[in-house]
Amino acid sequence: MISVQVYDPAMCCSTGVCGPDVDPELAAVAGWLHQLKESGVRVDRYNLAQQPIAYAQNSVVKDLLQKEGINVLPLVFVDGEIAFKGAYPDEATRQAWLAGAKTGQP
Amino acid sequence: MSSGLADFLPSATRFLFFTGKGGVGKTSLACATALSLAGAGRRVLLVSTDPASNLDEVLETPLSSEAAQISQVPGLFALNIDPQEAARQYREKIVGPMRGILPDAAIENMEEQLSGACTMEIAAFDEFSRFLGDPASTEGYDHVIFDTAPTGHTLRLLTLPKAWTGFFQTNTSGTSCLGPLAGLDRQRSVYEGALKALTNSALATVVLVSRAEMAPLREARRTHEELNALGVTSQRLILNGLFTASVDGDRIATAMEARGKRALAHFATFLSQLPVYEVPLGPANLVGIAALRALAGTASDLKTASGFPILAVPDFESIGDFLSDLESAGHGIIMTMGKGGVGKTTLAAAIATALASRGHAVHLSTTDPAAHLLDTLQGSFHGLTVSRIDPQEETRAYVAQVMKTQGAQLDAESRALLAEDLRSPCTEEIAVFRAFARTVAAARDGFVILDTAPTGHTLLLLDTTEAYHRELGRQSRDTIPEDVRTLLPRLRDPDFTRVILVTLPEATPVHEAAALQTDLRRAGIEPFGWVVNQCLTSLDSSDPVLKCRAINEAPYLAEVTALAQRAAMIPWQAEEPVGPAALAALFATAIPFMKTYIYETIPSGCCETPKHYEIKQEENSPALTQHPETGEAIRRVMIGDQPLAKASSECCGGTGCC
Repeated sequence: MISVQVYDPAMCCSTGVCGPDVDPELAAVAGWLHQLKESGVRVDRYNLAQQPIAYAQNSVVKDLLQKEGINVLPLVFVDGEIAFKGAYPDEATRQAWLAGAKTGQP
Repeated sequence: MSSGLADFLPSATRFLFFTGKGGVGKTSLACATALSLAGAGRRVLLVSTDPASNLDEVLETPLSSEAAQISQVPGLFALNIDPQEAARQYREKIVGPMRGILPDAAIENMEEQLSGACTMEIAAFDEFSRFLGDPASTEGYDHVIFDTAPTGHTLRLLTLPKAWTGFFQTNTSGTSCLGPLAGLDRQRSVYEGALKALTNSALATVVLVSRAEMAPLREARRTHEELNALGVTSQRLILNGLFTASVDGDRIATAMEARGKRALAHFATFLSQLPVYEVPLGPANLVGIAALRALAGTASDLKTASGFPILAVPDFESIGDFLSDLESAGHGIIMTMGKGGVGKTTLAAAIATALASRGHAVHLSTTDPAAHLLDTLQGSFHGLTVSRIDPQEETRAYVAQVMKTQGAQLDAESRALLAEDLRSPCTEEIAVFRAFARTVAAARDGFVILDTAPTGHTLLLLDTTEAYHRELGRQSRDTIPEDVRTLLPRLRDPDFTRVILVTLPEATPVHEAAALQTDLRRAGIEPFGWVVNQCLTSLDSSDPVLKCRAINEAPYLAEVTALAQRAAMIPWQAEEPVGPAALAALFATAIPFMKTYIYETIPSGCCETPKHYEIKQEENSPALTQHPETGEAIRRVMIGDQPLAKASSECCGGTGCC
């Protein structure tokens, strides 16, 4: 695994603390991405409310939004391929990826 | 020996902040100062940062977020920082370029996210800081005068540059949750500039505006201390609306002068700590360029009030009538809303103590960051509990709770990120909002009386409620409190929520309450009724200034009766309405329309000249037959201001016995 790209829906911030309630999954994902980065994976995370241009410039993301609507977000790409659509990786997947990144395994 | 507004002008620095409790006359004084400086040939920019600004009304010019030249006044420019407009512009800056490029669904998603109270707060603050911290934005002006929001809100704005500058310095993760203003870090030099300008006494002065009353003076003192602690030491105090009786023996005038003196004596130490300027109470409120020019001038143009007609007062209930209807529900939330300084806290405390004294379980709380509930109550009451939604305390508790619940499931790394994001200025908005929801929910089991913050802040809270209500429709986590889910339906239930709009019989508070009523209705909340506080109309003072002011109340009283479903009136009180007795006095069963009645002694024989007495009684009360002090037999002959000679002519004129 060389790179991970996350396209979030429009959010106040990456942990979602600015909503009426904190979503623990968002905080966990934020922490996990941070750890991936520390392990040498290239991580790019985009927030529709803050970096909409990234969504417009990625034709895959743009087409999916056009065809299937806002529920395709979050979109998670691994090495340029869609890995998760409309959801973040679950806890088990996150741990597996992290372990892989640390040992240099795919 | 006292200095007036004219003495203050020569010392005016480039930046001037007018601040103080609501209703003290910040806008009037800021405008009068701006007019005088412009009149002296300076170029002046007047900026309102009050979310519920009335600068338009006072200057008779429609204003926007761009500086507009005030047409009758060369050199004077003004603008309003309207948080909603600032947020709209901010939102458009981000969303606009994406239209037609991203699908509609994405555009809608962005707009929704950028519509919260947090966006508004930050966008407005951003504008405000720009004027202080970015020299280009005020280039060409000799003076920039800020007519600030009421104190609690202003203080938060003023402390934000410091808090946020600290935030930038300690934020390490780079994922800073500064909410909608993600590009905030780029603005860093602007915020640092703003902070520097504020603490430079050669550049900036804070003008604390107060009246000779306890609550505004207390707030001025608190602001004075807090600003000192922030390093903002260049401060002045203007005592606005000082009243001196100009006729002897007028009960109301004497009481009003004495009430002011008592308040000033109480704060003598504070008043000796900074330069103080005095502005006398005028016969009318200062709306319009001409009135404002007169304020900064030397002589006040006071017409004597003789020969004014006796007023026809429209129909008003007493708040005692309100109370009976509020009580019959047995539970529910009662909220007092309105412009700053109209008496929301007083009325909330009065209703709370009255309901408690009738045996109900009552909880009194406030969302006003600058609240003074305990000062108003002065003691504890059986059956009444008191609390306050303290933004800092609520934030601390909310952060602790999030870390304990949601945070507990996370690894150390994620927990650290969460903790960092929770330091965002937006967290306070959420914490206060949740506390509000909790307080409203508590009214299931008893009465909750909620004294709300001044209008602008309250509107933001309502906006947040609606925005979050929409957002919650898409979320189903079980950590969302039931209270938050049910908040909006509860507020819309007229059997559960009763909003009382409080105003004074003056232009700005009435128009602000009217706008608030429109906003409430738009949110699906119908106000229960209006209360017009501190009315002179029914008191029948003979002091020329007070008489003039009473006459000036008439159009606003009429306006209120036209606007309100039901309206009550509270007369001006000779004692500040603090403490149990004075609060209970507000509920006099009928409004005492005090009128001067003229009595004469009944002559025992023909040609005996009767003695005449002026006796003040409630309007429509039965005529006395005996003088209350001397016991002489008397009869009522005349009402009001008519000359005595006319009354005495009735003595023998008809009988021809002389």
